[in-house]
Amino acid sequence: MLERNILKFTWMYSRPAQIFILFIVLLSMPTYFMSLDLPKQIVNGPILGQGFETAGAEQTFMKLSWTISGEEWVLFSGLQLERLNMLFALSGTFLTLIIINGLFKFYINTYKGRLGERMLRRIRYSLIDRLLRFPVRAFRRIKSSEMASMVKDEVEPIGGFMGDAFVSPLMLGGQAITAMTFIMVQNVYLGLIALFMIGVQFIIIPRMRRHLIRLGKERQITARKLAGRVGEIVDGITHVHVNDTSHYERADISSRLARIFYIRYELFQRKFFTKFLNNLLAQITPFLFYVVGGYFALQGKIDVGQLVAVIAAYKDLPAPIKELIDWDQRRLDVEVKYAQVVEQFDIEDILDEKLQALPDEVVPPLAFPIEVNNLTVTDDTGTTLLSRARLTITAGTSLALVGQSNSGADVLADTIVRLYLPDSGSVSFGGADLMDIGESVIGRRVGYAAGDIFLPQGSLRDSLLYALKHQPVEERTYEGPDALSRQRFLNEAEITANSKLDIDADWLLIDNNPEASGEGMVIHKRLVEVLCAAGLEDDVFNLGLRGKVDPDTNPHFADKILAARHALRSHIDEEKMSELVELFDPEQFAVQATIGENLLFGTPVGDEFAAQNLAQNEYFRSVLRDAGLEDMLLAKGVELAETTIGLFQDLPPDHEFFNQITFMDAERLPEYAGLLKRAKQAGETALTLDERYMLIELTFSYVEPRHRMGLVDEELQDRVLDGRNRFKSGLPETLAGSISFYDPETYNVAASVQDNLLMGRVAHGIARAPQRVFEVMSATLKEMQLRDEILDLGLEFDIGSAGKRLSSVQRQKLGLARALIKQPDLLVLNRPLSALDGRQQAAILSDVMKYVARQSNKPAIVWVVSDAALASDFDEICVMAGGKILETGKRETLLKSGGAYSKVLAE
Amino acid sequence: MALNEEVEMLGNVSLFAGLQPSQLKLLAFTSQRLTFTEGDMLFHQNDSGDAAYVVLCGDAEVIVEIDGSDVVVATLGKNAIIGEIAILCDVPRTASVRAATRLETLCIEKEQLLKLLQEFPSMAIDLMKVLAERLAATTADLSAARSELNKLSN
Repeated sequence: MLERNILKFTWMYSRPAQIFILFIVLLSMPTYFMSLDLPKQIVNGPILGQGFETAGAEQTFMKLSWTISGEEWVLFSGLQLERLNMLFALSGTFLTLIIINGLFKFYINTYKGRLGERMLRRIRYSLIDRLLRFPVRAFRRIKSSEMASMVKDEVEPIGGFMGDAFVSPLMLGGQAITAMTFIMVQNVYLGLIALFMIGVQFIIIPRMRRHLIRLGKERQITARKLAGRVGEIVDGITHVHVNDTSHYERADISSRLARIFYIRYELFQRKFFTKFLNNLLAQITPFLFYVVGGYFALQGKIDVGQLVAVIAAYKDLPAPIKELIDWDQRRLDVEVKYAQVVEQFDIEDILDEKLQALPDEVVPPLAFPIEVNNLTVTDDTGTTLLSRARLTITAGTSLALVGQSNSGADVLADTIVRLYLPDSGSVSFGGADLMDIGESVIGRRVGYAAGDIFLPQGSLRDSLLYALKHQPVEERTYEGPDALSRQRFLNEAEITANSKLDIDADWLLIDNNPEASGEGMVIHKRLVEVLCAAGLEDDVFNLGLRGKVDPDTNPHFADKILAARHALRSHIDEEKMSELVELFDPEQFAVQATIGENLLFGTPVGDEFAAQNLAQNEYFRSVLRDAGLEDMLLAKGVELAETTIGLFQDLPPDHEFFNQITFMDAERLPEYAGLLKRAKQAGETALTLDERYMLIELTFSYVEPRHRMGLVDEELQDRVLDGRNRFKSGLPETLAGSISFYDPETYNVAASVQDNLLMGRVAHGIARAPQRVFEVMSATLKEMQLRDEILDLGLEFDIGSAGKRLSSVQRQKLGLARALIKQPDLLVLNRPLSALDGRQQAAILSDVMKYVARQSNKPAIVWVVSDAALASDFDEICVMAGGKILETGKRETLLKSGGAYSKVLAE
Repeated sequence: MALNEEVEMLGNVSLFAGLQPSQLKLLAFTSQRLTFTEGDMLFHQNDSGDAAYVVLCGDAEVIVEIDGSDVVVATLGKNAIIGEIAILCDVPRTASVRAATRLETLCIEKEQLLKLLQEFPSMAIDLMKVLAERLAATTADLSAARSELNKLSN
C-alpha cells in the first residue's frame, strides 16, 4: 500500500534530511535579519549624521557583547570609527551579509534539489516496482503509454515539491515573520497595515485557486489520455492504413487537443487573474505606507530612516508571502497529482514481494507431479474460461492439449505459469500450491512460449538470452574512478530504496548453475542448438551473410572471409561455374555490373557517391571529363533514351510496361523526349551541363546482359577502366571516406559478408544462377568452418522496435528458441507457432522433441495445439472444448475408445 | 546477343510473325534472356505456370511422366514456343521440359504476355491460329493412334 498523503510520504522517507535542512534554514535567519537592519543604521548613522554631530566624532563598530542577568559579557570591544569610515565599514558589512545570505540560499537550494530528486527517484522506482508485481489480468485495462506518461511526466513536479515540502514554508514563513517583526518594531501601525493586507491575501487567493486545482486535475487526466491515444495510434498504425481511418484519428486527436486547449486556456485566465489580484493587494500596502508613513514622518512621529527601513523591509515581505501562497498552491496541486498517480498504482491483489524475492541459493528443480485440481478460471466479466479441470503431469512426460481457441486449452497452459489465477481449485507442484511458489522457480525452471511474443528492441542474441537474465551471476569488480562511481551508485540506491543490482554485471545464468554460467562458448553452443531446434538457424545464417563486419575490431574474421573468398573462387573454377559468376578484377570491365559501378568500383559510404547523387557529384563529373567519358556517355545516353522512347511511343502513358524501365524514371520520359528533340535540332551543345548529365546518368545503371541494347563496346570498356583508375588515384582526401573500393585481396568494410565472399556479380540471364552460387557459397563456408561465426554475426542483427524487422514466423520461432534455451524442467508452449502452416509446425515440433530428448534432464512438455494430427507424438493427449477437458489418455487408448480425440482427428 | 538480334529471331517465331518490328522490340525488351545448361529443367510437370519460353537456340525435350518413368514425347528447337498453355488457361504444367543442349531462351512472364495480347489483338489471333493448328495436328495424331489401336486389338 502506497502512502496516499504526500506530506506524510515525504516526511516518512526524508525525515533526517528535512530536519537537517530546517536547521540550516534557522541558521541563516540571523544574518538575514541583520541585513534588514543595516540600511537603517547606514542611513541614520553616517549618512544623516546621527551620533556624528561633532567634528571628528567616533562611534563603536562591531561591538559584540551580551548582557546576562545584568552583567555585560564583552566578546569584542569593537572599533572606534569616524563618520566616513563608519559608512564604508557598515556598507562593507552589508555586502558581506548579502554574500552570506546568498551562499546560504545556494546551499539550501542545492540541498533541496537533491532531496527532491531523490524522492522523485524513489517514487518512480516504487511505481515500476509495483508495476512489475501487478497481476497479469490488470494489464488488460492498462495502456502502456499512459503508464509511461505517469511515471515519466506526472510525478516530476511531485519530486520538485518534495524538496520544498517543509523547508519552503519554514524559510519563507521565517522570512515573512522576520520582516513583519521588523516592521512592527519600527512602527506598530505600519505593521498592522501590512498584517491586514497579508491576511486579505491569504484568505482571498486560495479561494480563487480552488478552481485551478480542479482544472489542473483535468489537465493531467486529459494529457495522460492523449499519451494513451498516441500510443494506440503508433501500435495500431497498420489498422489505420488498411481501414482508412486516418481522418477519424485526426478528428479524435483534434477534439482532445481542443479540450486540452480549453482547459489550459481557462487555467491561464484564472491563474493570471489571481496573479493580478495578488499583485494589486501587494502594491496597495506600499501605497498605504507612503501615505500613512509619510504622514507620520511629517508629523515627526517616525523618523525618515525608520520609514526607509520599513519600506525596504516591506519590499522583502511580499516575496516570501507570495511564495508561501505559491507553496500552498503547489502543495494542493501535487497532492492531487500524487493521489491521481497512486490511485492507478494501488491495486488489489498485487503480487506479494516475497514471490519475487531473489533466491539465496540455487533454485531447486521443479517438483513433480503437477496436479491440476478442480481448476476453474473466469475472466473479469465473469465468463468461465476453464471449468473444473483435472490433470496430472508427471516428470518427463509430454502432454498435448488439443483444442481450438476458446477450448480452454490456452487458459489451462497459461494458468500453470500463473498468467491466469485460479478462481477456484488449485494447481500444485509436488504438493506446493502455485500461489506460494516464487517467481524464481517458475521463471527459471519453466520454459514458456506463446504465439504473441513481445520483443524489446535489441539484437537477436539479446532477445534469446533475455530468458536467462534472472540475476547477476558474477559481480563485476571496479577499480579506480569506476569503483568510486559504483560506490556512489550504491549509496544513492540505498538512500532511494532502488535496486542495487549491477546492470553491467554478468547476468547469464545457464542451467541454473552459477558455476557453468558466464558468456563464452557454452552459450554459443547452446544458442546454435536451440536455433536449430526452433528452425531459425537458416534465417540467422542469412542475416549473418547480409551483416557487415568491421575488420579493425574483428581482423581475424575478415581474414577468414578473405580466405573463404579464395576458396570460393577455386570452387567456382572447379565446378565450371565461372559462367554463373563474374568476379571483380580491377583490370577488367565487369560486364555484369552497371557502368556506374564499373566506374566507382567500390561501395559508396554515405550519400556522397550514392547512385541518386552520382551525376551531381563534382568530383565524379571531373573524372568523366578527364577520361573523355563525358561525350561518349552522352552519346550512349542519347541512344538509350532514343531506343526507350521508341519502344514505348505506341503505349498509353500509364501502361504497366513502363515499370520495366529500370534505368529511367518513367514519368520523366516526356522530359527526355524534349531534351532529345532540342539536341537534334540545335546540336548537343545546346543542352546545359545539367541537362547533358540527365542523359549521361541513364547509362550509370545500364547493364549490357540485362538491357541488351549493345551500348557497351570495347572502346567504352577501355575508357571506363581509365575512368576507374583516375577516379581512384585522384580521389581527394576529403572524399576518401565516402567509398570503399573493391579489391580481390582486401576486405571491403562497407560491403556485406556475402558481397565480400563473392567480390563479384552473379551473371544475369542464367537459369538458377543465384541459387547455385548460394549453394556453393554455403558449402564453402561450412568447409572453412565459418558457419558458426556467420551465425554469431547474424545474432548481432538488430531486430527493430518490437522485433518488427523480423517476420511474424521468425518472431515466433525466436520465442520458442527462448523457451528452450533455459533447459527447463517443464516446457509450456501455448500455440507457439501459430503463424506457421501445419507442415512447418510438425517439422519444428519433431525437431523440438528430438532436442528435448537429448537433454540430460528431460523436461515435461505441455504443448497446446489446434490440429489433432500434431498431437500424435506425445505421451499423453488431452482433448478440450468449451472450457472443459473432454478426455485424457494415451493416444492408443483414446483411439481405441473412439471418443473425442477420434472425432477431432477425423475433422 | 543484342536486342535487335532477338527481335529478328522473334520475327521468325510463327506466333509473333504478324507483329510490327516495334511491337517485337517491346516484347524483347520486356522479356528476360535466360540461358539453361544441358540437363537443366525449365519447369516440372504440375508446377504452376508463370512464364513461357521462346527458344532462341538449342534444343529442349518435353517429358511426360508415365507410370513413374520419364518419357520424352517431343523435342523442340529454334523458334519454338514452350509453356504457353499453362499461362493462357491457368492450368498446371502439362509436361516437364528439360534443356537437351545448351539452351538460349527468351522468358516471357505471364503478366507480360497477357498484356501484350490485350494490347495487340492481331497477336491473339495469331496465337489462336498456332494453337488451332496444334490442335488439328494432335487430333490427327489421336485418330491415327486410335485406328492403330483398333487394328492391334482386332
